[in-house]
Amino acid sequence: MKEEVRLMKGNEAIAHAAIRYGVDGYFGYPITPQSEILETLEAEMPWETTGMVVLQAESEVAAINMVYAGAACGKAVMTSSSSPGVSLKQEGISYIAAGELPALIVNVMRGGPGLGTIHPSQADYFQATKGGGHGDYHLIVLAPSTVQEMADFVTLGFDLAFKYRTPAMILADGIVGQMMEKVVLPPARPRRTDEEIARQCPWAITGRPATRKPNVITTLELDTAQMERNNERYQRTYHVIEQNEVRYEKFMTEDADYLIVAFGSMARICQKSIEEAREQGIKIGLIRPITLWPFPYQAIKELSDKVKGILVVELNAGQMIEDVRLAVEGNLPVHHFGRLGGIVPNPQEVLEAFNNKFPDAKK
Amino acid sequence: MTIEEIIKPENRVYAKPRLLNDNNMHYCPGCSHGVVHRLIAEIVEEMGIEDKTIGIAPVGCAVFAYNYVDIDWIEAAHGRAPAIATAVKRLNPSRMVFTYQGDGDLAAIGTCETIHAANRGENIVIIFINNGIYGMTGGQMAPTTLEGMKTSTTPYGRRIDLNGYPLNITSLVAQLDGTCYVTRQAVHTPAAVRKTKNAIKQAFQNSMDGKGTSLVEIVSTCSSGWKMTPVQANKWMEENMFAKYPLGDIKNTVKQ
Amino acid sequence: MKEEIIIAGFGGQGVLSMGKILAYAALMDGLEVSWMPSYGPEQRGGTANVTVILSDSPISSPILNTFDTAVILNQQSLDKFEDAIKPGGTLIYDPYGVNRPPKRTDITIHRIDAMEATFDMENAKAYNMVVLGALLKAKPMVPMASVIKGLKKTLPERHHHLIPMNEEAITRGMALIP
Repeated sequence: MKEEVRLMKGNEAIAHAAIRYGVDGYFGYPITPQSEILETLEAEMPWETTGMVVLQAESEVAAINMVYAGAACGKAVMTSSSSPGVSLKQEGISYIAAGELPALIVNVMRGGPGLGTIHPSQADYFQATKGGGHGDYHLIVLAPSTVQEMADFVTLGFDLAFKYRTPAMILADGIVGQMMEKVVLPPARPRRTDEEIARQCPWAITGRPATRKPNVITTLELDTAQMERNNERYQRTYHVIEQNEVRYEKFMTEDADYLIVAFGSMARICQKSIEEAREQGIKIGLIRPITLWPFPYQAIKELSDKVKGILVVELNAGQMIEDVRLAVEGNLPVHHFGRLGGIVPNPQEVLEAFNNKFPDAKK
Repeated sequence: MTIEEIIKPENRVYAKPRLLNDNNMHYCPGCSHGVVHRLIAEIVEEMGIEDKTIGIAPVGCAVFAYNYVDIDWIEAAHGRAPAIATAVKRLNPSRMVFTYQGDGDLAAIGTCETIHAANRGENIVIIFINNGIYGMTGGQMAPTTLEGMKTSTTPYGRRIDLNGYPLNITSLVAQLDGTCYVTRQAVHTPAAVRKTKNAIKQAFQNSMDGKGTSLVEIVSTCSSGWKMTPVQANKWMEENMFAKYPLGDIKNTVKQ
Repeated sequence: MKEEIIIAGFGGQGVLSMGKILAYAALMDGLEVSWMPSYGPEQRGGTANVTVILSDSPISSPILNTFDTAVILNQQSLDKFEDAIKPGGTLIYDPYGVNRPPKRTDITIHRIDAMEATFDMENAKAYNMVVLGALLKAKPMVPMASVIKGLKKTLPERHHHLIPMNEEAITRGMALIP
């Protein structure tokens, strides 16, 4: 398959990008608003072409454990779900992190808590970035704002997951999952052979050849001294990721008097608010964290020296704002605007909220 | 015969399988796990499939199975072994994949994964150690605990009105179209051990041949949990466990 | 060039697929596009709407509070979106589903009898293509050739024999606006 320009939903783009990346296995369970990922994969039948395994599991719990299993075999494996389903996966995600295994998990967020709503939300920020399961671990969290990024972050997510032997998450929402846009799908690359996997992942479970000792993937260690050393090793990896993998995008920050911080599809809505604000002479800039973990503390800190105030806009009651406040260390006022329960504010609402929080900006 | 003569290779009647390593097992005296571990090591060696065998360890007493048999292992979250085996086998169809699970792991927290893996007819083997109790956590009631049986969470004996009936999961699994071989065995006598060995061997062959799901239940003792000597426990098992969980093949659709 | 469009009606009227064909046509024409549906458990009979944006520069928000053009196929949608049309904008509506005509005087209003035209065609499935034809006549934002390309991309291969029928429906729709 060559590079191809298509119009498709974000969810569909993830499925097509997975096939083209050479993913070995997808294990999922239906839940709105992300079922198109599994549906597209089943319709495309990649087992006939690339040999990719696609399986509708009996539950989200089974699906994430299948991912743990595939990752233990050194395979490129992934799952996807939406908020309630991702809650169910948390134990398995903790095991994948503890097993130092590469894997990709997609969360197309919907409003919670509980069964909540099927409509868009960003209320799983804490769960994704602060370790949703038990124990001291992190996921690399990528927040796409376009259908193109939905496709691109499959590649980026797997590349980072294998580079650091740690799970990565695409934290999307119902908007970017359900909307259609132009997407340039990359040319397909072949799945890795068993020999390549054995070379790249000498720790992988393959069946033990006579030439090596048994490989065991376990997350149990009853020797506390050893368990502390394991934890220290995880933390060293996270530290390297924090040094190397922070990603963000700036929009009109050069001359900005104020700053909006927003991620995912909310950042695009805010871009339009900023365009409208500038027509009224209010100079707002935007910083969009692309990696929510590691978070761009330094970039926000630097911008905070140049602006008078920050508005954090999220589809939740105030989650990323805690990281923004940590970044600016009390330097300047940081306010929050969010809608809850699946309601998405339009650009004008965001601008009104900005004007309410910063009445001096209009002067 | 002198010791020197006894240990001559031609006089040897039994040797520890090469794949069973020298680590000291943590199992209690009289426990069935050691015997079943040895059988697995022996069979994998005899079939010449150590480079193709992948084991899935459970949560429970056998959580450390990977410390004793020198093959590749994945340690599963509690109850999830059949889901893990599913993915390993689907992603590596040429491999022989088996789970090793106790009654709590397989028939309580993991019932969903057990039923669905078997119902899909995954080409895996489930080795099921049923001793009617949670051993590792200190002797609590299991789904397979017999009526009236005392455990730390049924200190006056299991009551049907409070705790429901003992779960015959193996008979349940045998009803599923995805299973090709379902059998119940024990390892309390040399004859029983030989039968169990044949059963596991057939199950492993079924996985290699892609015949569907095989489940080998091994009715076992837990002398510590049952608070008996190993000899008493074997006797109690014969008199009580076998009545509820009778030995023999329940289903075999594969021609021998 | 930038065109911000809302298409709204009942589920089952083909609102989403009409938006998709329009978006694909614009994509074929080299434009940036976004297609943002309302989504919910209602498949048929519930309200459905889709925001389609066509632009020659990258699109920021896929969610809008005001629109250049509104295509309205039922009363609930008219109630919801009439005030969201920008002054000087365009409203296209089918009186078949609307019992209170629009009140705005600062916009261009096209009343199209698309359902009647569809009845004449004796093919209820052509309804959304008739409406699309009217939209393209009122606002010629993409050429017909691109629309046909869009149809080819949107329809599965086994339905490609239906393209001439769709083309006819679009032509009939165009004729609804003088």
